[in-house]
Amino acid sequence: MLTIKNLRASVEGKEILKGINLEIKPGEIHAIMGPNGAGKSTLGNVLSGREGYEIEEGEVTFLGEDLLDLSPEDRARKGLFLSFQYPVEIPGVPMVNFLKTSVNEHRKFKGLEPLTAGEFLKLMREKKDMLHLDSQLTNRSVNEGFSGGEKKKNEIFQMAMLEPKLAILDETDSGLDIDALRVVAEGVNALKSPEHSTIVITHYQRLLDYIVPDFVHVLYNGQIVKSAGKELALELEEKGYDWIKKELV
Amino acid sequence: MTQTRINKKAVSEKYSELYKEKRSLLDEGSSPLLNRMRDVSMKRFEQVGVPGFKNEDYKYTNLERVFGKEYRHVLAYETVDVDLNEVFQCDVPQLDTYTVLLINGWYYARNLQLEGLPEGVVAGSLKQISNEQPELLENYLNRQAALSNDPLVALNTAFAKDGFFLYVPEGVKLEKPIQVINLTRGQEATFSTQRNLIITGAKTEAKVIFCDHTLSSIDCLGNNVTEVFVGDGAVVDVYTIQNQNNKSNSVNSSFFKVGEKSNLLSGVACLHGGLIRNNLVVSLDGEHSEAGVFGMSFTDKRQHVDNFTNILHNKANCLSNQLYKNVLDEDSVGAFTGRIHVARDAQKTNAFQRNNNVLLTDTAKMNTKPQLIIDADDVKCSHGATVGQIDLDALFYMRARGINENDARMMLMNAFAHEVVQEIRVEALRDRIDELVEKRLKGELAKCHSCDIN
Ligand SMILES: Nc1ncnc2c1ncn2[C@@H]1O[C@H](COP(=O)(O)OP(=O)(O)OP(=O)(O)O)[C@@H](O)[C@H]1O
Ligand SMILES: [Mg+2]
Repeated sequence: MLTIKNLRASVEGKEILKGINLEIKPGEIHAIMGPNGAGKSTLGNVLSGREGYEIEEGEVTFLGEDLLDLSPEDRARKGLFLSFQYPVEIPGVPMVNFLKTSVNEHRKFKGLEPLTAGEFLKLMREKKDMLHLDSQLTNRSVNEGFSGGEKKKNEIFQMAMLEPKLAILDETDSGLDIDALRVVAEGVNALKSPEHSTIVITHYQRLLDYIVPDFVHVLYNGQIVKSAGKELALELEEKGYDWIKKELV
Repeated sequence: MTQTRINKKAVSEKYSELYKEKRSLLDEGSSPLLNRMRDVSMKRFEQVGVPGFKNEDYKYTNLERVFGKEYRHVLAYETVDVDLNEVFQCDVPQLDTYTVLLINGWYYARNLQLEGLPEGVVAGSLKQISNEQPELLENYLNRQAALSNDPLVALNTAFAKDGFFLYVPEGVKLEKPIQVINLTRGQEATFSTQRNLIITGAKTEAKVIFCDHTLSSIDCLGNNVTEVFVGDGAVVDVYTIQNQNNKSNSVNSSFFKVGEKSNLLSGVACLHGGLIRNNLVVSLDGEHSEAGVFGMSFTDKRQHVDNFTNILHNKANCLSNQLYKNVLDEDSVGAFTGRIHVARDAQKTNAFQRNNNVLLTDTAKMNTKPQLIIDADDVKCSHGATVGQIDLDALFYMRARGINENDARMMLMNAFAHEVVQEIRVEALRDRIDELVEKRLKGELAKCHSCDIN
């Protein structure tokens, strides 16, 4: 699904990603953990095509194609989804317009007819029911005035609507109460299939109780310094990152 | 003497000479109400002349260039060789209005009879009505404009012969808006002087929509004045949609005198045009009145749009709320000057002003300047101006959801403008403007397609 080879990227001349290697196969769930400032969000941003990053070296293949060659919108349409660590407020753009445009762009890319207003509303209702979401949120402007938790739930709702092949959840669990955490987990698990993969960026083991990863990686100082099974998350939660730093020296 | 001084003098002198030469033609067929103001107004114009950069009120807009060109002045009604009623079909079927056409500043002679106007309402040609029913106008005509120091307002008064007139007697509510379509058409560069007067009595309701269009691809310049009198307890909306070709330039000076317990809404949408200067004065002359003053512009190429507002809080307990938004592309230039003057004793005034601008290129330029003069102490005033780029985080967020960059930009700019659009109190017009804004942003609105006949 996704192959990252020796990816190096910098921002304003400062190297942030210092040779990342990662292979994600269809159906797998990977957790990426690591201290603040390690480069986790940077990885998500680079993968989804955000401007402002200089790719110094390396290659990324997504579903057999050179990912770094594609525009952000084409990456999304091909099935890459980033749940933002900080979802953006867009005053004046109604959620419904935004999502409808988004869904229909995805459909157009696949050669499908756009959904009619009725079909779209039906789909939206289904997904909201599935995630037990408050229906008020979709009557507002995108993320405008949403609480932190509402913003994160809104990311998962969008993911449910778009059914991406590969979802990258950047700290979607941060600041969530238990109910909201369940929403996130349900959203991810509903997509779980041999064709869908997920990267979960998190600081906490608790989300991984709901979304059980196949692999846990530690991203430290721009590199993946350790990879293991789900037990690594527990170990990190207990011991922190110091023992890994020590292992490195 | 510097070169510019000489030119400036020459520019203004052209108008003095024209005035002398056409003096009798100006009087011909016009009401004494108009004619008696001409000489004194011309003197006032001559004292200052066409404002140049040195004029503090015009420092962002050089009018000498457009006023310096050679024009044919339309000083008598000219018959039109086509039926404008047929040629011009407003393509907004949902917009059910009483419609009148003006051509080069003159009330079109073959306007269809306005059916179903409430009794007592007088709508039509300023020239005709000032001749036939001068008593309707005599206490209003030039009563606001004469107070202005603007030389171009005086120039209008000196040359004005016709325009749109509306009188709504006390207590009458106009169910449908009146749509005034100002057309410019001709074979050669044309200068028009249009004078409009709107008088609404106490407890009236009226909505007037001015639509400025050009039917010919000629250089043209309009120097227009509109006086609006809002009666006590009246609710009045005046919308202006400027959608002319980029060779047409205009200076539009509007005056609103607002009585007590009244509600005024003024909205200006500038979609296309060359150089446009909109002067707007609102005098809140009665207590407990509200004025909403809104504007937006979308400019590109070398367009130039300058909005200059002056809100006079002359009485206590009034509210004014100004919001102007501009999207500037390519090499276009915009300006906004918003003056708020709270008079002595105009206590409990609420006066708000905001001007937000988005520059889409490095070469677009926006000048924004608030001016608050507050002579009362119990006043709530605020102003804020921003000049920025499009929100790149929002743009990326949308693209990361598969929305292509252009559409995402469009959605963001639409959202930006919508804050102004939503203030429009005529639903069909609001939808129409949303649609026009979208077309404008997509570049599909080279000219107003509805009247693209020449
Ligand atoms: N636009 C930028 N300009 C300068 N430095 C940047 C920029 N973006 C990221 N950085 C730096 O890159 C480093 C990695 O940031 P990143 O956001 O990827 O960390 P993270 O692992 O997601 O951290 P956290 O757990 O706090 O979210 C940080 O030191 C950050 O300050
Ligand atoms: Mg982060």
